[in-house]
Amino acid sequence: MKLQIIKYTKIWYLISIVVIVVGLGAGLLGGFNPGIDFSGGSMIHIDMEQKIDLNKLQETIEEFELDESIITVGKDNTEIMIKTSKPLSNEERTEIFNKVAGEYNLEYDNLLAADQFSASVGEEIQKKAVIAVIIASVGILIYITIRFEIKFAVAAIIALLHDVLVMIAFYGLFRIPINSSFIAAILVIVGYSINDTIVIFDRIRENAHHYKKNRMEELVDTSINQSLTRSINTSLTALIAVLCVFILGVESIREFTLPIIAGLIAGTYSSIFIASPIWYQLTNLSNKPHYVGK
Amino acid sequence: MKKVLAILIVILMVFGWVVSISGLTVGNLEIRPLQDLIRLGLDLKGGVYVVLEAETNLKDKALRDLMNQTQQVVERRVNSMGLSEPNVTIEGDNRIRVELPGVKNSAEAIVAIGQTAQLQFMDYRGNVILTGSEVKDARLSYDPEHPSRPVVSLEFTSEGAKAFKDATTRTSQVILPPQSDSTYMEKVAEKTIFIVLDNEVISNPIGEVAITNGQAVIQGSFTVDEAANLAALIRGGALPVNLKEVQSSEIGATLGQDSLYLSVLAGAIGMGIIILFMLVYYKVLGISAGIGLLLYTLLVAWIMVAFKAVLTLPGIAGIILSIGMAVDANVIIFERIKEELANGKTIRVSIKSGFQRAMTTILDSNITTIIAGVVLYYFGSGPVRGFAVTLIIGILVSMFTAVLITRLYIHVISDIKALNKKSFYGIKEVKV
Repeated sequence: MKLQIIKYTKIWYLISIVVIVVGLGAGLLGGFNPGIDFSGGSMIHIDMEQKIDLNKLQETIEEFELDESIITVGKDNTEIMIKTSKPLSNEERTEIFNKVAGEYNLEYDNLLAADQFSASVGEEIQKKAVIAVIIASVGILIYITIRFEIKFAVAAIIALLHDVLVMIAFYGLFRIPINSSFIAAILVIVGYSINDTIVIFDRIRENAHHYKKNRMEELVDTSINQSLTRSINTSLTALIAVLCVFILGVESIREFTLPIIAGLIAGTYSSIFIASPIWYQLTNLSNKPHYVGK
Repeated sequence: MKKVLAILIVILMVFGWVVSISGLTVGNLEIRPLQDLIRLGLDLKGGVYVVLEAETNLKDKALRDLMNQTQQVVERRVNSMGLSEPNVTIEGDNRIRVELPGVKNSAEAIVAIGQTAQLQFMDYRGNVILTGSEVKDARLSYDPEHPSRPVVSLEFTSEGAKAFKDATTRTSQVILPPQSDSTYMEKVAEKTIFIVLDNEVISNPIGEVAITNGQAVIQGSFTVDEAANLAALIRGGALPVNLKEVQSSEIGATLGQDSLYLSVLAGAIGMGIIILFMLVYYKVLGISAGIGLLLYTLLVAWIMVAFKAVLTLPGIAGIILSIGMAVDANVIIFERIKEELANGKTIRVSIKSGFQRAMTTILDSNITTIIAGVVLYYFGSGPVRGFAVTLIIGILVSMFTAVLITRLYIHVISDIKALNKKSFYGIKEVKV
């Protein structure tokens, strides 16, 4: 069995475009879900030791006028997280917890976690991360241009961009909070995606000697098929590892690993179905003038 | 020779794992288990962190100097709280992050750090003459005229001394009218220098003479202890700038321990499944991948200890993911060997050329990722940096274990006559 990649290029592009457009659209229309460490705000995580009526809890803390949202987490949904978009100082958080603790007979140990962020900190981290990724991309572009050629570099960067967009779309679609783990998740995928793409490009480069310029389609298809088992097995082992963390992990780590799972799939997809066809098209573009005169 | 080395490495690795898990004591030498040695982030250990922002308009070098000073002061304060492994770092340009592992109540901790002890010398209009940062030294001494009366004597920096000279020259020129005069109180105030600690006047000496030698004395009705404390507070605790809490977080110890336990369990299960997968798919070749992976995890953990890297929750997830990706080089090599075998070459030749052909791929793909890692380290901040370090360590170690170690074991395995059949390498014998 041999996969025909180049023949169906348009379909592969379409799949990616649909995923990205739908996800980004959902994100932009419904609003991305900014995590409190980026947008500023507070979170109080309490172990209630029992399932509770959220409406009643809301009444309990009504007097603080928090405009809060409360979600239940934990194994038996006995833990709650109160999130507010207003940063609450320490004293305010303690007051709120004491009120809840009084109402539900809780000890101080039941306060699992509490956070407070002002928006400026998140903005700075975000800005620096974006600059870092851009500079890293330029570095990768230069290295691939030296070791391969510029067309490979351009295709690899487009695939990279594709993966980042798919991940952002994923965050939009499932309303996963965009917080500092978001940056880490994107970085993980940037590293993975580049690695995955280069392995296939390396095969194309190696096989290129055996193919004439008019049989580029065959060259790309053969190279992809030769590295296919490797692509699948490597994504599989990486997926196994992340899935274990996702299944066993606590709330915050699941928010971190779920997008990585999406990114791993996008990364594998893009090296096979996006990067190589783009390289093929770029090569065809630059080959054409040679035949015009004939 | 290779066989001896191979056996030695396995023995060392097993030994390494045993020591890592349960520790070792031989005579005076004690190696503690890994879980005690590795530094855990607050999200795993439980504790409190606060990020404080300096309220200042200074920029560049002046700002950096100010932040360094502030960091030292906060550090001294935190250390005096008697906690284990507190951590005070400068974050961004104008923020200080204080991490207090094991502290339960963030409110208490913040109050303790927040005793800002900001010392100011002011004139009667409230103009600041100089601040605590211009005090070089402060110590307990005794009033020369009343030897039983404790005072705090101060020594200023050269800028402080100049400012103080100017101020005392001004006050010394103020002439007091007779007490009966209606402007008397006003003139007394004009002649006074107010020493203010945290917005509270602690001493208000009258500036009778211009003080030019950069030394001053705070008089007041102190006991010896009070004067000594005040001196210590000024010496060690005078923050050069006001700090505002912009971010704080407390993580209960239970949540942290649960996260750690579950993540390590997830890692162990993940590693087990991956090794099993490699064995099923690549047969005898998988053995070398398994040894490589066990060694990889061990090395990464100990390098984290050696670099004093702090292990956080996303960090663990990253390492577990890297375990999944570390076998990538193995997969590339094995696939190449299988291809060569399928082309009808002998096992020995297949291994040799499989390795050669896989090497360029592995180098190029990993160097590109390292470039990304290095750039992220230089231009990123905070969590991005931590991630970059883990990424680079992971790649370098996996190049070592997945290439060199795997190579050694594959050669040893291929020398074993009983295993010298292509079917042991996951290839059906093809009759040519």
